[in-house]
Amino acid sequence: MKEITRGGSLMRLRGLVKKEFLQIARDPSSIAIAFLMPLFLLVLFGFGVSLDADHLPVALVAEQPTLDSDDFFSSIEGSHYFVPRRFLNMASAEEAMREGRVNAIVHLRADFAKQLSSREGADIQIIVNGVDANTARLTQGYLQGVWVKWLDRRAKAAGRDMVMPVKLEERVWYNADVKSRNFLVPGLVAIIMTLIGTLLTALVMAREWERGTLEALLVTPVSMTEVLLGKIIAYFALGTGGMLLSVGLAVWLFGVPLVGSFWILLICASLFLFAALGMGLAISTMARNQFVAGQIAIVGTFLPAFLLSGFIFDIDSMPSIVQFITHLIVARYFVSIVQTLFMAGNVWSVLLPNAFALIVMAVFFMSITWRKSKKRLE
Amino acid sequence: MLTRMIALIYKEFLALLKDPKSRLVLIAPPMIQLLVFGYAATFDLKDVQYALYNEDKGIASRELVAAFDGAPAFRRAATLQSEEQIAPLVDSRGVLMVIHIGPRFSSDLLSNKGAPLQVIVDGRDSNTAMIVLNYVSTIVERFNTQWIKDHGLENAPAKLDVRAWFNPNLESRWFFIPGIIGMLTLVTTMLVTALTVAREREQGTFDQLLVTPFRPGEILLGKALPGFIIGLIQASVILLIATKWFDVPLLGSLPAFYAGLSLFLVSGVGSGMLISSLAVTQQQGLLGAFLFMVPAVILSGFATPIANMPHVVQMVTLIDPLRYFLVILRKVFLEGAGFDVLMDQFWPMAVIGAATLALASWLFRHRMY
Repeated sequence: MKEITRGGSLMRLRGLVKKEFLQIARDPSSIAIAFLMPLFLLVLFGFGVSLDADHLPVALVAEQPTLDSDDFFSSIEGSHYFVPRRFLNMASAEEAMREGRVNAIVHLRADFAKQLSSREGADIQIIVNGVDANTARLTQGYLQGVWVKWLDRRAKAAGRDMVMPVKLEERVWYNADVKSRNFLVPGLVAIIMTLIGTLLTALVMAREWERGTLEALLVTPVSMTEVLLGKIIAYFALGTGGMLLSVGLAVWLFGVPLVGSFWILLICASLFLFAALGMGLAISTMARNQFVAGQIAIVGTFLPAFLLSGFIFDIDSMPSIVQFITHLIVARYFVSIVQTLFMAGNVWSVLLPNAFALIVMAVFFMSITWRKSKKRLE
Repeated sequence: MLTRMIALIYKEFLALLKDPKSRLVLIAPPMIQLLVFGYAATFDLKDVQYALYNEDKGIASRELVAAFDGAPAFRRAATLQSEEQIAPLVDSRGVLMVIHIGPRFSSDLLSNKGAPLQVIVDGRDSNTAMIVLNYVSTIVERFNTQWIKDHGLENAPAKLDVRAWFNPNLESRWFFIPGIIGMLTLVTTMLVTALTVAREREQGTFDQLLVTPFRPGEILLGKALPGFIIGLIQASVILLIATKWFDVPLLGSLPAFYAGLSLFLVSGVGSGMLISSLAVTQQQGLLGAFLFMVPAVILSGFATPIANMPHVVQMVTLIDPLRYFLVILRKVFLEGAGFDVLMDQFWPMAVIGAATLALASWLFRHRMY
């Protein structure tokens, strides 16, 4: 306490931080956005968002039901990936596909049993609904798996070994059960915190400009730097609270393993929060108008963080111009950091460049804010 | 009454468009976003960097490697000499996949014993990992078929013959771009409507508006129409870009598309007005818009299918207008749907629109400060 009474600047800063906290406490919507929103979004998305397709509805059609066609169908029915329904003819199955009641049709022709023993082999016709290309590809992959197992079982039953020239041995590192939740939930933490960090601050400066309270503040001995610092400290504290809550939920509620170190995560998260808060402050300082600041925050944070951060779409597959744009998205670096820390561990060759980029972004946004707010006062 | 309405609508347009900054925010971003997101949003992998660790000296392994090198989706970024090199390379995200061919690969293959091919994939993004494995198994399967044919081996008793309807090459861009139309339209509608009433409340002009001869229904209409019209224009422009620039086929009927769009806009504008009439300050209006928009996009089935969600979450998606509009967009674009199959999507949006607008207009009078 001694230093605080001694140093005038520190005392002023303390007053400013207190003012920010009072403002936060008296408008419950900021608290709501810092704590309730991460809770709500993470629970909703953590349970709701998944790319693992199972229970895929498929139609099974055998033009001439035989023991062999029954045998193949029952191996599809035994797989937990599918919810199969048998149809009597192609016409009704195709109608079900058009109406969206099934995703795929497995069709065995009348001569299936006969062709099985022929030299050419029998055809298993599969029609998938290609509109959702990703689900279509998954369906195709799962059916292929069922098919290989079925061939193997048939060969064994006949007392032979089924020999495929090349056998694939797949290993998925870091996420052996290939659960999409394990990579989506850490990514969601990054996206939710971008929204919150930027949103929280995008409006506060704009509001002070719009209402003229900032000019009022500046005729006091308080300097611009102190005003900015006051805001950053207050909202940083709020954001860190939300961040800890999100990480806690990811680990304990969703059971995402945190392989890397918690402390490194905390440090990177702080860097990221500075960048996100800086972006919010920069937006609101440049807009000086809540309406425009709000619009820019909506347009500039959520969709880019959702689509361009590598959270769901692979950045390497984008055209190089778009890849370049992704470098301007704060969330991109943090998504990479959290995915690595949660699943692979402390891999410095991934962490350091991304952390450095976060520092650069934080400095960049903060200096824009600082310069823009100074310039206009002269 | 009509002149009165025109004056009100004119005033609302002025409020939106007179400020050059907010004009820019409304017009430029949707176009840029469609172009950027249109290229970004795809699950088709184009440039998977992989490393090869080949211990085999035989010709067979060289043939297989050639198949990988020739595949347009794969690019060899490294050739490894020892097993120890694999882990650091994958850890640092240097490559997404490592192909390991054992020393006995060719001899196993030639003696019909079945040669194992080890593939290691970075599972940090499990969806990308699954797609990579899918590509790999296609290449291996093609190699096997060719091998069986060349060496006169016995065919498998049955083979798969896969065809895809509506999107024969399984281009995921065809799936996402119609979705982006819905998403951007929702964002613009929310931007235009969610802050209108809140801003007037904060500035105190809303009370003035309420004491004019306008009835709440008329004020509502005046505030709702700009959002509706801007949304309509924007969606039409995006539709044009989607079909002309990105070459997404538009097979279905345009009247069905516009009917769906209008209902979607009514429900979107209604939700925006409801948020706006609940909010006392612009900040609350903005937060409300976010709290509606983010779940509305993520739970709409835009990127992750609704069918994969747990039952409870699926129930929540029923009040999401974007969910219905996405189905309409995809069915109209790719499946060539007309009015008959889309009725199930039309009426829920109409219900959402009617309910939110009615509630908003009631709140105009009953939420006063």
